[in-house]
Amino acid sequence: MRLYPRNVLTIEQAIRDAIVAHARRDHPDEACGVVAGAAGSDRPTRFVPMRNAAQSPTFYEFDSADLLRLYKEMDDRDEEPVVVYHSHTATEAYPSRTDIGLAQEPGAHYVLVSTADGAHEGEGPVAFRSYRIVDGEVTEEDVTVVSSYAEGG
Amino acid sequence: MAIEVRVPTILRNYTGGQKAVTAQGGTLAQLIDNVESANPGVKERLVDESGLRRFINVYVNDEDVRFTGGLATEVADGDTVVILPAVAGG
Repeated sequence: MRLYPRNVLTIEQAIRDAIVAHARRDHPDEACGVVAGAAGSDRPTRFVPMRNAAQSPTFYEFDSADLLRLYKEMDDRDEEPVVVYHSHTATEAYPSRTDIGLAQEPGAHYVLVSTADGAHEGEGPVAFRSYRIVDGEVTEEDVTVVSSYAEGG
Repeated sequence: MAIEVRVPTILRNYTGGQKAVTAQGGTLAQLIDNVESANPGVKERLVDESGLRRFINVYVNDEDVRFTGGLATEVADGDTVVILPAVAGG
């Protein structure tokens, strides 16, 4: 078994902003997507917003055909889902029981964004937090935002 | 000839880390039984009493088996079966 000792998500500002923009745009429904990166790199580089097939303010699910397309594409590019993100639109940016029960990517950084309390309107700050979810156990990690991976490391 | 079954990361601890295994069967149910015999434990992660688990997606030649008969979906030599956990939450 591979170990996952890292406890920081390092992400470029532009990608972070794209995730937040997606969450604001889809509010009050939950927004979801991945940021793919080279396998083993732990570096999220390719922002892939996904359709929430559930179109719901309390649930998200990638459409089944989109999911297959995404994973084949990542496979072809030797990528993995470094970040799996979704928004909460009425609650805090912390994994719900459903999130924990359904998390099936032990290697991913699960990013939660909250657009609750008017944050979707572009005024208030949007909470942006990251977690590992492995075997039902949630561990929050730090988020380091860099202007580019080349500079920020 | 055999059927290639692509295994997602979360199930690779049942396949010795392999990304894909080969197996045989005439239906998806038989195929899963065949995979189980060589990789014990994997079946329980895929099916429950009512059939395929709700948050597991299985595709035969890119078709989601939910639309082709579920576990009764026919498979044949040369087919490719992809297993992907749903990406979902609340």
